[in-house]
Amino acid sequence: MIRFENVVKRYPGEGADAVHNLNFEIASGTICMLVGPSGCGKTTTMKMINKLIRPTSGAILIDGRNIDTVDTIELRLSIGYIIQDIGLFPHMSVGENIATVPGELGWKKERINARIEELLELVDLNPKVYRNKKPNELSGGQKQRVGVARALAADPPIMLMDEPFGALDPITRAKMQDEFLHIQEKIRKTIVFVTHDIEEAIKMGDNIAVLKAGQIVQLSSPMEILSNPADPFVSELIGGRNSLKMLNLMLCGQIMKSLSPSEGEKARATGHGLLGLKATAQDALSEMLRTGQRFIYVEDGDRIVGVLEFEDLLERASRHGLSQ
Amino acid sequence: MSFLEFLMSRWPTILSLTLEHLLIVFIAMVISIALGVSVGILITKNKVAAQIVLNFTNILMTIPSLALFSLLIPVLGIGKIPAIVGLVAYTQLPIVRNVYTGMMTINPSILEAARGMGLTEKKILRTIKIPLAFPAMMSGIRTATVMGIGIGAIAGYIGAGGLGVYIFQGISRSNDQMVIVGAVIISLISILTDRFLGGLQRKLNR
Ligand SMILES: Nc1ncnc2c1ncn2[C@@H]1O[C@H](COP(=O)(O)OP(=O)(O)O)[C@@H](O)[C@H]1O
Ligand SMILES: [Mg+2]
Repeated sequence: MIRFENVVKRYPGEGADAVHNLNFEIASGTICMLVGPSGCGKTTTMKMINKLIRPTSGAILIDGRNIDTVDTIELRLSIGYIIQDIGLFPHMSVGENIATVPGELGWKKERINARIEELLELVDLNPKVYRNKKPNELSGGQKQRVGVARALAADPPIMLMDEPFGALDPITRAKMQDEFLHIQEKIRKTIVFVTHDIEEAIKMGDNIAVLKAGQIVQLSSPMEILSNPADPFVSELIGGRNSLKMLNLMLCGQIMKSLSPSEGEKARATGHGLLGLKATAQDALSEMLRTGQRFIYVEDGDRIVGVLEFEDLLERASRHGLSQ
Repeated sequence: MSFLEFLMSRWPTILSLTLEHLLIVFIAMVISIALGVSVGILITKNKVAAQIVLNFTNILMTIPSLALFSLLIPVLGIGKIPAIVGLVAYTQLPIVRNVYTGMMTINPSILEAARGMGLTEKKILRTIKIPLAFPAMMSGIRTATVMGIGIGAIAGYIGAGGLGVYIFQGISRSNDQMVIVGAVIISLISILTDRFLGGLQRKLNR
């Protein structure tokens, strides 16, 4: 768990605090998104966690320990760090880049080698092809995959990610987001993820901290932010169409009405439209609009296990959207 | 006496002057490189110090080399020592400047990533900064060495020996052949050294 207690940062010679009196917690194993316009203090907040920036006052605790009492190098070696520009070491191969932190920690050669292979597989790069390549031989997306692998190398419990996918084209970015969420399901790290893109925050976050001029104006789940924005600033950041965005957070598998196996058989016989368990409610709505049907079946593998009706979607979206 | 006859009759002297020239320049360059690289690295820690040192080395280089060597005579006398000191002073600028710029132009996000990952400053210097600044360092060293070989001729003027001796004696005796032999051999050494260091540079950068 990461905990901020009355954290203030004022840069020397500046008239105002870059970050003002932050008090919040990030639970272990969750992704906390820091979102807000440029200059609101996201990067400053994040870099105080690995002591790249020192707070002017206040304390940051990791699992109850004040980071001031932890050796800086030791602290950083236990925190994965990923930035938008990635910062791969251009004179080292992909494998050598990934080996950096394990090398510092004194791992044995065989263990490092095995870890490089494992991580390249994890980020979907064939170790045989990519291990010995230099960073300048990689595409932007591949570089960021290596950046992710390098940050994960020594299996740190915490990851700091500063707009990691910000420089990628929209298609690659969406793909990286999906894959990263998939990886996170397996590794369950405590992640601080900075973005200025509210869509990314909604998609990736377990919680979202909305920052404005160095202060947190709202810290809650994506669903809560969408249904109950704390103030006009947050509403504007979301940029309208909240209900549609909320549908994007609901999975068909979670909101469908279950069907018995025999009902499933009958449904199959109708040849009606189908979606997977992991399709979103927005996918379902889109499919209903396309086909002109008021319901859609949900399948798990080759079995139809549920049905989703237009009225359900309408009800869910409006129930969450009551406050607007 | 034809040029060829001249070469044949004088070759032992020519050879020993050439070796002497190479030795003076070699010793001077070893010192100059060690000093210049250290200074270049040190001044990356402080912008003000960097400006002062770079300006100073710049001024050193604008002093005509003959004047610089003459200025050293009252302090260090004549002979090989002042010649080597003069050569070191004169060849600092390209080395210091290239080491400095090489280190300062490294993409800041590379250094930020290195720091954020938990590398110590020492480790960053050794495994990131120096390797990345290496091509720039090498080109500074190459320029300085070629310069040193040429300016080494002036060492002859302050009694340090080397091929400069032939040039200066040739001038005072109006012996064109001596001047030409001295100058041509110095040029040859310069060209060969430049080629060699260039090749080395390409090989190391790969
Ligand atoms: N090194 C610095 N010196 C002075 N001011 C800074 C420095 N770094 C950031 N700031 C200021 O602090 C504020 C927050 O910056 P930052 O945390 O980088 O914002 P964000 O990451 O949200 O864009 C900005 O107003 C920025 O100009
Ligand atoms: Mg930022």
